[in-house]
Amino acid sequence: MAGRSAAIIGRIAQAVPVIIGVVVISFILTRALPGDPAVQFAGLAATPESIEQVRVKLGLDKPMPEQFLIYVGQLAHGDLGQSIATGRPVAEELASRLPASLELTLVALVLSCIIAIPLGVLAATRQGTWVDQLCRILVTAGVSLPTFFTGLVLIYVFYYLLGWAPSPLGRLDFVFIEPDRVTGFYLIDAALAGDWETWTGALKQLILPAITLALFTLAPIARMTRASMLSALSADYVRTAKAAGLGSRQVLFTYAFRNALLPVVTTLGMVFSFVLGANVLVEKVFAWPGIGSYAVEALVASDYAAVQGFVLTMALLFVVLNLIIDLAYSTIDPRFGTGAR
Amino acid sequence: MSFSRRDFLKTSGVLLGALPFARAIPASAAPRDTMVAVISQTINSLDLHRVGTNRASYQIAVNCYDRLLTFGSKTLPSGELSYDYNKLEPELAESWTVSEDGKVLTFKLKKNAVFFDGTPVTAHDVKWSFDRSVSVGGFPTTQMKAGGFERPDQFKALDDETFQITLDRPSKLALPDLAVPVPFVINSKLAKQHATAEDPWATEYLHKNTIGSGAYKVARWDNGQQVVLERNDKWVGGPLPAVRRVIVREVPSAATSRALIERGDVQVAFEIPDKDAAELASKLKVYSTPIENCLHVLCLNTKFEPFRDDNVRKAVAYAVPYEAIFKTAAFERGAPMWGGTGTVDSIAWPQKSPYDTNLEKAKELLAKSGFPNGFETTLSIATDLSAWMEPTALLIQEALAKIGIKTTIEKIPGANWRTASLVEKRLPLHLENFGGWLNTPDYYFFWAYQAGHLFNSSNYDNPEVNKLVDETLHMSMDDPEYAPKIRRVIEIIFNEIPRIPLWQPALNVALNGAEGYEFWFHRQLDLRTMKLTEG
Repeated sequence: MAGRSAAIIGRIAQAVPVIIGVVVISFILTRALPGDPAVQFAGLAATPESIEQVRVKLGLDKPMPEQFLIYVGQLAHGDLGQSIATGRPVAEELASRLPASLELTLVALVLSCIIAIPLGVLAATRQGTWVDQLCRILVTAGVSLPTFFTGLVLIYVFYYLLGWAPSPLGRLDFVFIEPDRVTGFYLIDAALAGDWETWTGALKQLILPAITLALFTLAPIARMTRASMLSALSADYVRTAKAAGLGSRQVLFTYAFRNALLPVVTTLGMVFSFVLGANVLVEKVFAWPGIGSYAVEALVASDYAAVQGFVLTMALLFVVLNLIIDLAYSTIDPRFGTGAR
Repeated sequence: MSFSRRDFLKTSGVLLGALPFARAIPASAAPRDTMVAVISQTINSLDLHRVGTNRASYQIAVNCYDRLLTFGSKTLPSGELSYDYNKLEPELAESWTVSEDGKVLTFKLKKNAVFFDGTPVTAHDVKWSFDRSVSVGGFPTTQMKAGGFERPDQFKALDDETFQITLDRPSKLALPDLAVPVPFVINSKLAKQHATAEDPWATEYLHKNTIGSGAYKVARWDNGQQVVLERNDKWVGGPLPAVRRVIVREVPSAATSRALIERGDVQVAFEIPDKDAAELASKLKVYSTPIENCLHVLCLNTKFEPFRDDNVRKAVAYAVPYEAIFKTAAFERGAPMWGGTGTVDSIAWPQKSPYDTNLEKAKELLAKSGFPNGFETTLSIATDLSAWMEPTALLIQEALAKIGIKTTIEKIPGANWRTASLVEKRLPLHLENFGGWLNTPDYYFFWAYQAGHLFNSSNYDNPEVNKLVDETLHMSMDDPEYAPKIRRVIEIIFNEIPRIPLWQPALNVALNGAEGYEFWFHRQLDLRTMKLTEG
């Protein structure tokens, strides 16, 4: 057990230089962007004087090293700075938008795991049958259909034509009031408040965007499950287990599936972090107030503090996610942390 | 049982804000009085004066605050309703006088005007608000300057009801500039309570709170999602609006907005793309009003060699496929701006340029120029304006190739576009759009043709134009010298053609279950005239 906690602490220690690197690089990269925030925020009719006034107001007339020191000083106090575009603290903005993205991504991933993993297992055990073909079709479609397209088709069919889905107007229709904020996840907050009407409302809004994202994430998970199941099923230990006369169910789940799960978990982690930052298009189509569209808007407007805050948050999230994946390994794989490889 | 949200809204009349304990609005038998409008941009502040406030946020200043004056309305030839630049009407001011020399403007305020919290609107509030707009810097200060308002010492509260402005020189732009969204009147007592030494103009407080006397107050602002507005029943700035409650929801995807308006789940889709406007026009009520004093143009930067040559600029102007651009890029929304008569006999602006597509003439002109064999250049466009710029640029590229000018299309990302095109003015050939709030030709020429100004991205510098614009900018339009001088400017800029007018763009608004839409120069939705309809 001691080996395991040491490994975890080692993992956390490894994250420190990463974070420092991210702080420096995100600061330099945002300044290297070609846009000029002073011009951007001086408004429609600007004169050289008014642009200069804005530059001074934003503190951008100071030399770069001084700006960096101010930024690091603020960070040390947990202050991510103030977004110019929205006039709010970046930390507050991210805290309100991150849960929206996380809720959507998590629901989509759970949905896609429920479909993809059994499908992958079935495809591997019944190679060449219709299940395998179905898996192949779904995977190909999932990879090749752009998310905004799937989203628009779903809106067209289920909202516009059939009228089954609620208006694609973000996290909650305007007849509902958002639940008291505890976690920022509407489903959890509404459940905590015991307000099932809002809970149902929030769930209804979630269904279409979650399906859109699930179709997209399904592909890598199903493929990976199938491939790793195939290699596990042809491994020596499965043959030994079969030879020892163990039941086919036990061979499949205890021996093959548990070993096949490792690469699937890795893929899952990668897919999760990728989707969280990359579902901008889904957010735009469904008017979802998520972190992806926030970052894109900040980038377009050269809103330095917001971009830096976003990059830093994503970096922290990656670190935490990798840690969680490592912990998941340690549960699945008994060799973890013991030095035996 | 079918129970769409539309029926629901029809029958529900209970306010969100008035029911803090209700989780959902219960359906009741009250008349339908909530209107939902979708916009594609985000409202990023409730205070127009703040640095960084975007254009979509100006609607808060329009609907939640009052100015001294406002513009009247008129019916356009198309039957659409529009504001009327030539008709000033009182909003907070009951009456006003202009001194003999045109330099002193005196306003009497309406006696019964009150702010949302019930305190009366006084001349001291007007003074504080005007001081604020000329002192905060950035866009509001620049816009105030256009009307001749530059320093706090120009504004005086003579008593509680009388407010006086002293101008350095008389100007025809002064009174209209008081009716643009910028000089709105703030509850100064309340604002001062939230002012600090670092923030003397309470920008932090006004960013998140509306403390005006306007027709609507903000009941709720979910940043990045929606603004909920409720009617202010004590409003005296004009006739009480018909709609009691408005939800302005932000929907970035045009396709989603279109589905919503077609289904009738929202009543207004504001600023929709030309393509959707053209396609929806047969199904819904769609307004496509050509934007006053606004043009999409192709700019030829006179700092770069080939475009210094008069014949090259004219050759380009004759090569542009105007008709095809208007059909493909604008879906015929807006107004054509080519194929004029060649003689300038009116001072209307924008007006049709004398150019039309004529490749023979273009080739002839190019042969006469210093570049008879053509040349290579880049045609720059902005990625976030690609909806109209991309098809336009492709058509221009194709046409210029026919006369021997090879162009490469360069896409510049949004953040860098303004810097490259307007501030550094370093793009040789590019597309551009400018629209002036104050609807006079001289105001357009000031920003777009006079040397050194922001929207003059062609680096155009003609001493005669510079002089004529200076002379006409503040001159009264009734002055007998005004029209000849403006006609002269138009003649010169059409002859030298540093900016080639392509078409006058339109502002597209689709309605489904609402009426009373009026076009405003600020291109924001004025809720005060809107009504809901049955069906």
